[in-house]
Amino acid sequence: MDDVRLAERAVDTDARDIKFQCRDVQVWYGEKHAIKDVSVDLLDKTVTAFIGPSGCGKSTFLRCLNRMNDTIGIARVEGQMLLDGENIYDRRVDPVQLRARVGMVFQKPNPFPKSIYDNVAYGPRIHGLARNRAELDEIVEKALRGAALWNEVKDRLHETGTGLSGGQQQRLCIARAVATAPEVLLMDEPCSALDPIATAQVEELIDELRATFSVVIVTHSMQQAARVSQKTAFFHLGNLVEYGDTDDIFTRPRDPRTESYISGRIG
Amino acid sequence: MSPFWIMIATLALAVLGYLLGRSRSIRLAGGDTRALHSRPGYHGWNVALFTALPALLLLAGARLFHAPGWVAPAALVLALAGLGLSLSRTTPQFRARNSVERVIRGVLVVCALIAIATTLAIVLSLVFESARFFQMYPWQDFFFGTEWTPSFGGGSKLGMLPLLWGTLYISLIALLVAVPIGLYAAIYMSDYASPRVRSVVKPAIEVLAGIPTIVYGLFALVTVGPLLRDWIAQPLGLGSGGSSVMTAGVVMGMMLIPFVSSLSDDIINAVPQSLRDGSLAMGSTHSETIRQVVLPAALPGIVGAILLAASRAIGETMIVVLGAGAMAKISPNPFEAMTTITVKIVGQLTGDNDFASPETLVAFALGLTLFVMTLGLNILALYIVRKYREQYE
Repeated sequence: MDDVRLAERAVDTDARDIKFQCRDVQVWYGEKHAIKDVSVDLLDKTVTAFIGPSGCGKSTFLRCLNRMNDTIGIARVEGQMLLDGENIYDRRVDPVQLRARVGMVFQKPNPFPKSIYDNVAYGPRIHGLARNRAELDEIVEKALRGAALWNEVKDRLHETGTGLSGGQQQRLCIARAVATAPEVLLMDEPCSALDPIATAQVEELIDELRATFSVVIVTHSMQQAARVSQKTAFFHLGNLVEYGDTDDIFTRPRDPRTESYISGRIG
Repeated sequence: MSPFWIMIATLALAVLGYLLGRSRSIRLAGGDTRALHSRPGYHGWNVALFTALPALLLLAGARLFHAPGWVAPAALVLALAGLGLSLSRTTPQFRARNSVERVIRGVLVVCALIAIATTLAIVLSLVFESARFFQMYPWQDFFFGTEWTPSFGGGSKLGMLPLLWGTLYISLIALLVAVPIGLYAAIYMSDYASPRVRSVVKPAIEVLAGIPTIVYGLFALVTVGPLLRDWIAQPLGLGSGGSSVMTAGVVMGMMLIPFVSSLSDDIINAVPQSLRDGSLAMGSTHSETIRQVVLPAALPGIVGAILLAASRAIGETMIVVLGAGAMAKISPNPFEAMTTITVKIVGQLTGDNDFASPETLVAFALGLTLFVMTLGLNILALYIVRKYREQYE
């Protein structure tokens, strides 16, 4: 790992506000206890990485943060997940409104079979974020610029989004999520379907997104976690084993399981 | 010996050939079948095919071309010769598998050709008979005539426009019934129903597809027709008959519901879950997701399904006979009796009539028109469906 880079990117995370406060979260898929007693505070304007071996529950936990598990009939969530102090599993919270505040980017790029413009304009249109065409144009351009895609697609905004390359598609999906102006952006292994160059672009993008959003990213790559995140949470068999500053997790892990995982002995 | 017994004898020889070829190959391999190029079964099949095929072809040929009597027994000799020859060729090195598979490939090709040849034969017979019709009756009067009054005594008017009007009118009503109901049913099944409900509802709807159309016709005649007449047509002063375009259209629409719903359901299900997730994750509601992401993605496929349903509607006969009557006329009132091309084709060809009169031959011209219409719709549907399929590959 590149120590210079880590040191230079070390940020003082103590001063930031807590965005998500999770207490004793339990998740069951039918009989399977997928998440056990997870308590964690996710900070605003910070990139938090969830790492851990396959099936450790990191994606499950991520999908709880915007209630995407609701679409799976057998999933059951207990415990508290407070977004700005409000429990998102409270009966009064509509998942539809919640997801407008907590956006998500998926493992595989999933652009809609619409034009590039319509892909990005989808969220703003639904949520009525633009009063007229000019405003919508502005939002779309800003989102595409934010996703570092504007220069590549500005001349073909009305061509279909599925015609882009894999990396471009994923950045389009990020632009689409950003255009809805969420407060938190969840990313479920956003680079796993991308080549190294596209991965580097997306990682750079994630670092820029941190200025505006709280970003939570699930990743299989420990290098990626070390490169993009300020906070890291290590999951193992449904437990949150260790959570702390990324530098500490990778250089001075406190738990032997974390140590084995980052040194490649379990996984 | 009669050709029938010769055939039986040939087949018996083939069975014998199979057993002999198989056992010979095993014996030659010294019991270790790995020494053979082909497995013993292939050697058996090779002998059986060589015994039976040439002999049977000869028999069939003899039957077809009225060959002299000695040809049939010659087939038996041919079978014996084939048996001997192929047995002698059975060695461990002999490529029996390749030889058998060549024959099987030939069989597959012939089957595929039969399907194509049948279509061609149907089209040709339609074309030739239609040509005869147009020699006797001017084509302008057929295609643009607005009167349909056939009379076998002569002086009949055979304009197809009233029939075309009836066909399109009834089909339109049928689609107006079937498309919304079928589509909504499909949306319910694919996006709202729980798996348990779906597993009950989907087959239940598909049962509709298994009902013979004549039964739908009875339903139209006995139930729907009187119902529409008593509750809508008469109170509104639109007509007093049970047979009407509306009756046939509504019942035909019911028949088409499973068609539209089942195909649309498959197509909507084929829209990747990731698109739904992507839309939901942006805070759109379930219904926004369906309307703005799922349906547009599935639209070409749904259009294809609708076109296939339309070509079914255009070709339907029984429901029209029992539901809409047999009056050929052009009227905008959906509660009047009208009729369709298919019904008139049946009408012109039933009874004892002269196959050289235009009144009879017009049926072929009508059939050809119908064929061209449904062919066009099917080609359009297939084109659209195929174009759609390429999107997710």
